Order: sequence, then C-alpha cells, then structure tokens
Amino acid sequence: MLVKTSSDGIKDLLSRYGDSLLADTRPGFGGYFIKTEQLVPFCRSLRDEAGYDYLSSVTGVDNFPEDQMEVVYHFYKTIGGPAFVLKVQASRHETVIPSLTPLYPGVEFQECEAWDLLGIRFEGHPDLRRILMWEGFEGFPLRKDWREPFFEDENKPFKSRWPDGHVLRTEEENPYKNNVQYPAAFDPDQWIPAGDAALYEGLLSLTKEGQSDFKTDHIVVNLGPQHPSTHGVFRMVVALEGETVLSLKPVMGYLHRNHEKIGERNTFVQNMPFTDRLDYISSMSNNFGYALAVEKLMDVHPPERAEYIRVIMAELTRFLSHIFSIGFLLNDLGAFFTPALYAIEERELILDIFEAASGSRMMCNYFRFGGVVRDLPDGVLGKIKDLVIDRLPRKLDEFERYLTKNDIVRVRCEGVGVLKIEEAIGLSAAGPVLRASGVPYDVRKADPYSIYDRFDFDVAYGLHGDIYDRYLVRVEEMRQSLRILKQALRDIPGGAVMNGKPQYQVRVPAGEAYGRVEGPKGELGFYVISNGKPNPWRYHVRAPSFINLTSLSTMAKNQKIADVVALLGSIDIVLGEVDR
Amino acid sequence: MNGWGIIRGLGVTLRHFFGTYAEDLRRGKSRYFTKQGVRERSASTVRGIFTVQYPEEKLIIPEEFRYLPFLVYDELESGEKKIRCTSCGICAKVCPPQCIWIERTTDPVTGRPVPAPVAFYIDIDICMNCGFCAEYCPFDAIKMDHDFEIASYDRKAEHIYALEKLLKPAVYYQSIRPENFAREEASRMEKEAKTSSKS
Ligand code: SF4
Ligand code: SF4
Repeated sequence: MLVKTSSDGIKDLLSRYGDSLLADTRPGFGGYFIKTEQLVPFCRSLRDEAGYDYLSSVTGVDNFPEDQMEVVYHFYKTIGGPAFVLKVQASRHETVIPSLTPLYPGVEFQECEAWDLLGIRFEGHPDLRRILMWEGFEGFPLRKDWREPFFEDENKPFKSRWPDGHVLRTEEENPYKNNVQYPAAFDPDQWIPAGDAALYEGLLSLTKEGQSDFKTDHIVVNLGPQHPSTHGVFRMVVALEGETVLSLKPVMGYLHRNHEKIGERNTFVQNMPFTDRLDYISSMSNNFGYALAVEKLMDVHPPERAEYIRVIMAELTRFLSHIFSIGFLLNDLGAFFTPALYAIEERELILDIFEAASGSRMMCNYFRFGGVVRDLPDGVLGKIKDLVIDRLPRKLDEFERYLTKNDIVRVRCEGVGVLKIEEAIGLSAAGPVLRASGVPYDVRKADPYSIYDRFDFDVAYGLHGDIYDRYLVRVEEMRQSLRILKQALRDIPGGAVMNGKPQYQVRVPAGEAYGRVEGPKGELGFYVISNGKPNPWRYHVRAPSFINLTSLSTMAKNQKIADVVALLGSIDIVLGEVDR
Repeated sequence: MNGWGIIRGLGVTLRHFFGTYAEDLRRGKSRYFTKQGVRERSASTVRGIFTVQYPEEKLIIPEEFRYLPFLVYDELESGEKKIRCTSCGICAKVCPPQCIWIERTTDPVTGRPVPAPVAFYIDIDICMNCGFCAEYCPFDAIKMDHDFEIASYDRKAEHIYALEKLLKPAVYYQSIRPENFAREEASRMEKEAKTSSKS
C-alpha cells in the first residue's frame, strides 16, 4: 500500500534528502529507501521537522536468495495520520545498520528482536543481545535459509499428509526420544548461563554512577521466572539499593515459539487461528488486525453487517480485557482475587457470547478475509444487548464504587511509576500506557480503520502518567466501548457477513501491507509481505505488550521494589504476545 | 483520604457476600444440579453464586461450540455405513498444524483413485481446535464435536484417532448441531431437486 503524505514538512525533507532517498517502486510496495549513512540524520529531521515523533514498528525482511537484508520502519505522528515508511538495505553477510535508539528509545527491544531473529546488527545500540531466544542459541531463525529441527518442508501444506498420509509423531524422529535436542557432549547441569552474568554486570555498572555518599551495597534480585502475580512466565532483574530500584531489565522469551516463522510457513488463512494465541485474552482484536492487513493486500472489503459484527466483537474484547487487567492489577497490589473474580464474572458472560458466535471462548478464530465466519446465531444479538444496555454499565459502576476512590488503591497508585509525556512517545508506548501519560492517541481516531469513523466516542487520556491514571483510562475506555457498542447495536444492518465464497486457498497479490488496530493493549500491527504465492513471505507482528515493556525500566527507576509488581500490572502484558 | 473509600468498597464486597446466601435461600434447591439452575446461573441476570460445579454440573454448550473433529457417516436402510468423506484432501491441506493424515483408496484393477479414505488419522494432541476442516470440507463429511472430556492415561496409545474412532453417525451430528444439520439437508435437497429436474 502506498502511503501518501501531504504535509509540507515532509515534502521539504524529501527534496532535501533527494540524493540519498529512493522511492520503493516495486508494485504493491511503498515508502522510501534511504542510504545507510543518512539514516540517522534523516530520522532526526523526520522527527524534529516533519513531526513524525512516533516510531511504531521496526522489523527486518530477509530477501533471500538475494544477498540483501532490509529493515522497515513505520513512523507516525502522534497527532494522527498515515504512516511514513522508511527502509534501509544491507548485505545479508555483514548486516550492520545504525541504531535509532538515541532518537527513538522505543526501538530498543525491537532492534534486539531483529538482531536475535534475523541477525541484523544495530550499531550504537546500548544493549544488543538475544531477547527471545536463549543466549546459547546459534543462527538466526527468521532467516529464510534457517531450518528448524525436524524440518519437513518450506511451506504448508506438507505433501506427506495426503494422499498417502501415514501418521507420524515428530518426536519419533527425535534422536534423543524426548522433546529436547542437544548434542551428547552437552550437560545441562554443568552449563553456566553466561548471558545472565553479563546481564547482572550490566545492571550494576549502570547503577555505579549515581551512587550516593551513603555506602550501601547494591544487590541484584531476580523477580520470577514464575512471577508470583502470574502474568505468565516472565522475569525482571532489578538492581536495588535498599528498597529502591536503581535499574531494571525485563527478561522474556520463555514462551517463545517463533510465531513469525510459523506464520511464514503457513498459508494466509492458516495464520488466523495462530493470531488467537498471541494475546490470548483478546483474540478477536488479533483476528481483526491480521484480517485488515491481508484485506489491504487483497483489496477486498467486508459487507456492512460483517463490519458491524467486527466492531461489536472488538469492543466487547476491549471491555473484557480492561476489566480483567484491572482485576489483576488489584491482585498485584495485594487485594488477592476478590476484584479479579468480580471482573472474571463479566468476562465469562462476554466469553459466552464469543463461544456462541465463534465456537470457542478464547481461541475465537472468527474473522476471515472479507468478513466473518458466520452470522451471529439466533439470540446472540439479544444477549449482547442485555449485557451492553443493562448489566455491564451497572457492574462497571459497582466496580468503580468498589475501587476508584479506595484509599489504599490511591495511595499505592497515585504518583507511582510516572512516565512523562515525551518519554512515553519516545519509548513507543501504546494504548492505555501512552494515553495515561497525556497523549490522546488512539488508532481508531488517529488513523480510522473499518467503520470507526462512524461512531461517536471520545479518546480517554490521563495527565499524570502514573498507575492510577492508567487505571482511570482503562475504566473510561470501557465506558466509551459501551458507547460504541450501543451505537453499533442500534445501527447494525442485515445482509451477508462474507464477501464471495469462503476459500481455503486465497490469492493474495504481491505487495506489502501494514494493518493496525487499537487493541486493548495498544497498537497491534501486522506487517505482511506477499510475493503472490500461497504463503506470506514476511509476517511480522507489532506486539503492543512487548513494546510497552521497553518503558518498564524507565517507570521503575527510583521506585520501591514492592511497586514494581504493581507497575507490571499497570502495563498489562500478556506473555503470549510478548514472547510470540 | 479518610478511609471512606475503603468502607464503601467493603460495602460492595459485603453485598456480594450476603447476595450469595440470599439468592440460595430465595430459590431453594432447584438452583443447583438442575439444568434450569445452571441456565439461571450463567445468564446475564444472575445474582448470587455464579460458578458451576463441574463435573456434577456442566455448562450448557452452544451449538457452534467446537472441540475435536469427527467424520460423519450416513446409515443406509440396508444398515450399511456410508462414509461421507471422499478423501479429497482439502481438510488435510487447510489444517494449520497439519495434524490430519489421509490415505486415499486406489482401485486395485485400474489403479485410479477411488473417492473414499483407506485411512484417516487426526493427532488430537496437535489439533488446535480451529474448525477449519469442518468449515472448508465441501461434502459436510467432517464436523466439530462437542465432546470435550477426552483425558486418558496413555497419550501414545490413545491420542491418535484413526478412522474407527473418528466415525460418528449423522444422527449424532444432528443431535449436537440441529440447526446446521437442517440447513445443510435443505441445501442438499435443493441441489438434488435441481439435478433430477435437469435429467
Ligand atoms: S473430510 Fe471432507 S475435506 Fe476432508 S478429505 Fe474428506 S471430504 Fe475432503
Ligand atoms: S480443527 Fe483445525 S487443527 Fe484440528 S484437525 Fe481440524 S483443521 Fe486441523
């Protein structure tokens, strides 16, 4: 999709950097290539002169068999509008690209990810390390010539399944007869995780500078891997002085399954149920983002009724995700499970609706390119109305009566973990985290997709950027979701829910597309490249909870250790999406 | 900050607490272990206890609920089982984790493919319950089951379903998905009527 930018600032820039810029004219592609040495100066002008202050997504593309690696950046303005797409290229053998961390600190983890999975070295990155794979891992799994153990074929469907399918368990092929694979000489008990030592060393060296006169020992504490507040398997390494956090690094990847590699072996349709497993609390929104990206490439549009159903499902998802996250935030604050269970009650009722419509409570797999799987069965619309008009507003009021003015909640949350407005933008924070810091940036308004431009709603935002504002933003967003839902339920037309016949093998013309939605956790983007074959050439997920974690260490600095747990809760991560 | 917020909050929990007993006293025994009771407790108008006591009680499953796939056969009047599957392979191709294996029948005389499966396997440990196979099968031959209680002691022996275990009669299909069944029958009748009127 060619993204048109019309503002004068950018025109001026484009002419000034004319010599180092080259428009990407491949059919179906857009944006500009820039010479590597001009990347940093250009981006500085882009940010300071043209107003593209928000670097949403960074990812790499392996153009194998050509000796060429590409890095793709998607810039946005926080005042809204379409993307500016920038690309740099380098050789696959010596892939070195200047890091953008000095300009946009939010790319820190994304650049680590590109290094980890694609082997793109970012020069000037403060802490370039493997972030999803383990430190001892060899190779770069997202490269096209990298093959997993028990590799069967480049692309699905595998030929061995039909017409001569003889069932075989992959584990039968494993030389070690269980699910781990390592050479005979390797003894897991003797292995010393060198990466961890380096991590601790790095943390302590960071803290050395600002040491106070008062001589205390700095200690490193691991919170996790099984974090007590059970957001999933996740670890935070903190360097402490007394009770105060000096620096913090999140360690993730325990749930990593290389979603993107799986996605590139899959056919386009097959990816849909896999997206459910990203942020498994809100599978409907994940479906939405992926469907949008592929629909852009295919240039199909769902019928009216399907658009409304999509919006209804997405807003119900936002409600359930927010109420769930608030319940768990209270868990993290020590109010063990009473608020969470009140929240789960509402969530269950919404999941009942998902189950009736899609067949599954959490792994909905409900969206298709050009519509949704099936119309809402009889009675489901009535159930949604009961919830939206009667129950959910009432319960939300009760929830607020219960928590919002609660003195303990306020003492624990107000002024804790502040993320300032310019930090939030620079760190590419998204969703409620960004908005609580005072940036009213919501993709539904800033760059409307589907039929969101038809609804009347406000973007909730905070002013203080603390935990309490994140809480308030979520509550207000639930109210706005109910507002959208009421309008959608009033206006939903009849008719078909799918354009054309359902096809198990769709034709996707060559090109690139970036589909993004405002998911409950923030901007969820899918960057898809098709080369006209049945499988996507590149499939990248801009995972909001992964990128929001970049700001955790900024938030946690100089906080008390007990508040770090609440901070994590206020970011609202889902490890299925963080680790992918 | 004078603690008033805490007291109001405690009021909410207290109301929830007494609500559970009030509702039980009001409704009496019929609230538990009856289908009506389960229905009431999972409706949006529910008051008091919300949970369902599995396995004594089970949630009411909507028609579209999907778990594992099964193969449908029609019972002919002669008592013969007619498998609907033609081993066209679409389900095996579309299956995202590739957990369906199909062996097509070949005619021993001509060597040409015969539209029926010799063998059909689904590895239920790998199946991700997505429902694609049922969605895209052009012959309504594979459908998603409602039975979710499949735990067993031996994964290796029990978790690869072969043809015998996958086959279930159309009457069963009708019993779990009456509306889908009716819709499919109607469209089949229509098609048959069309072809017979042509000939
Ligand atoms: S179950 Fe359906 S899709 Fe699968 S092989 Fe048989 S007829 Fe084809
Ligand atoms: S439900 Fe999905 S994963 Fe399971 S057999 Fe069918 S297509 Fe495969």
